[in-house]
Amino acid sequence: MIDQSFHYEGVTGHPRLPGRDIKFSINDVNVYYGPKHALKNVGLDIASREVTAFIGPSGCGKSTFLRSLNRMNDLIDGCRVEGQVLIEGEDIYAPEVDVVELRARVGMVFQKPNPFPKSIYENVAYGPRIHGIARSRDELDGIVQSSLERAGLWKEVRDRLDAPGTGLSGGQQQRLCIARAIAVSPEVILMDEPCSALDPIATAKVEELIDELSGNYTIIIVTHSMQQAARVSQRTAFFHLGYLIECEQTDVIFMNPQHPLTQGYITGRFG
Amino acid sequence: MTDRHTVRSYDEDLKGLTATILEMGALAESQFARAAKAMATRDTALAREVIEGDARVDALERDVNERSIRLLALRQPMADDLRYIISGFKISADLERIGDYAANLGKRVLVLDRLPETPLVRELEPMADMALVMLRDTLQAYRDRDIDRAMDAWNQDEPLDDLYDVVVKKMSGVMMEDPSLIGACAHLMFIARNIERIGDHATNIAENIYFFISGLPLRMVHPKPAPTTVETDTPDGPETE
Repeated sequence: MIDQSFHYEGVTGHPRLPGRDIKFSINDVNVYYGPKHALKNVGLDIASREVTAFIGPSGCGKSTFLRSLNRMNDLIDGCRVEGQVLIEGEDIYAPEVDVVELRARVGMVFQKPNPFPKSIYENVAYGPRIHGIARSRDELDGIVQSSLERAGLWKEVRDRLDAPGTGLSGGQQQRLCIARAIAVSPEVILMDEPCSALDPIATAKVEELIDELSGNYTIIIVTHSMQQAARVSQRTAFFHLGYLIECEQTDVIFMNPQHPLTQGYITGRFG
Repeated sequence: MTDRHTVRSYDEDLKGLTATILEMGALAESQFARAAKAMATRDTALAREVIEGDARVDALERDVNERSIRLLALRQPMADDLRYIISGFKISADLERIGDYAANLGKRVLVLDRLPETPLVRELEPMADMALVMLRDTLQAYRDRDIDRAMDAWNQDEPLDDLYDVVVKKMSGVMMEDPSLIGACAHLMFIARNIERIGDHATNIAENIYFFISGLPLRMVHPKPAPTTVETDTPDGPETE
């Protein structure tokens, strides 16, 4: 079996991206849940307008890390984040940061589709309205339509915008949640296993959508499906027991990973 | 590849693939060794056995292809597993060609048998011996996943090419001196060419072994340029400098 007691010194691959357009620069991030040290000295750069996948076995810290990128961990009692998360050079944990504003810049899509118990229209219009993005009903209509179009859902729902969002199929609900995230013009979309509750066709549609959106948004996706990481991402980061083990171009990770733990995980030898 | 997969049947599938390629390699080696022996001893019965035996090599190649495609479809292999399966797929194609060259050698033994005996056939024996050692080393490197042995085998191709050039020169000299030997020499030159090609395929196999073990193409890390293959049969071509 793989020696999991391997001691972690530094990260294999290229976690830093000199010369690239960087969205997030993360330095020495540690996350604790009470006494539990969940994320250990994680540092990496995340490039703008591409898809980065976080993979690793359950409990490896990948979702914790994802949630630390828009301060979703603030909502968890006893959670403490140390270190630096810079978005375009600004520290998102600085005291003057408006967390609501931050979460508009860094949107999130969850594992289970969670539309509001409101109409399809209102699901998408909610964000722009509370952030004061639209100045008129016409403008709001435009945002709702373009968001639904970008989420690949417009043609399926244009005739029933007043119908409840919860009445859509699972895949449509997830795309509605993506439309809702897009509606406030975020820079980054965080996705926490966005397809794990979807069937293969709905999954394929969401993956196609991720691919299209990556031209305009920085997307970070946590996935348990290595095939999905391979299909949708340009870079992949592998986490294990709270450590970032290897971070590299996705094709390198899946064809020729350098770290034995990465190799063991992606070939199905542990985890 | 020393660690077991969580899904045991995956390991069984990979073992089955390895066993089939090893069987194919052993058969291709034996086909070539027996063809060379048939040539050296003018044994037409053995030559016919080799010709008939080629169908079995072809059948094993189909078996390897089916197993590889099945593994790719059902297991979605990654990293070293992926490289191993793709390399095996390519190695089986090289082994199939080696089998073809052995069978072709067998056919030429039957033709040579109808021509006057010539001591020139002795010139080919060292070439056949070299190619056989190279092929054996390659197959052993595959079985043991031994990157150093694969490199050793790879390095044997250049001397084999050099020897081929010497044989071609010698044959063309003989043909010019004694036109009555042109018929036999032409066949011997084709045999020499077949043996040289067997060396090239063994080289390909060594490169694939290197690749699946290291993840790197062999040509990128080797200090020497890859040996060029002589592509014409003209004895006075520029490639025989």
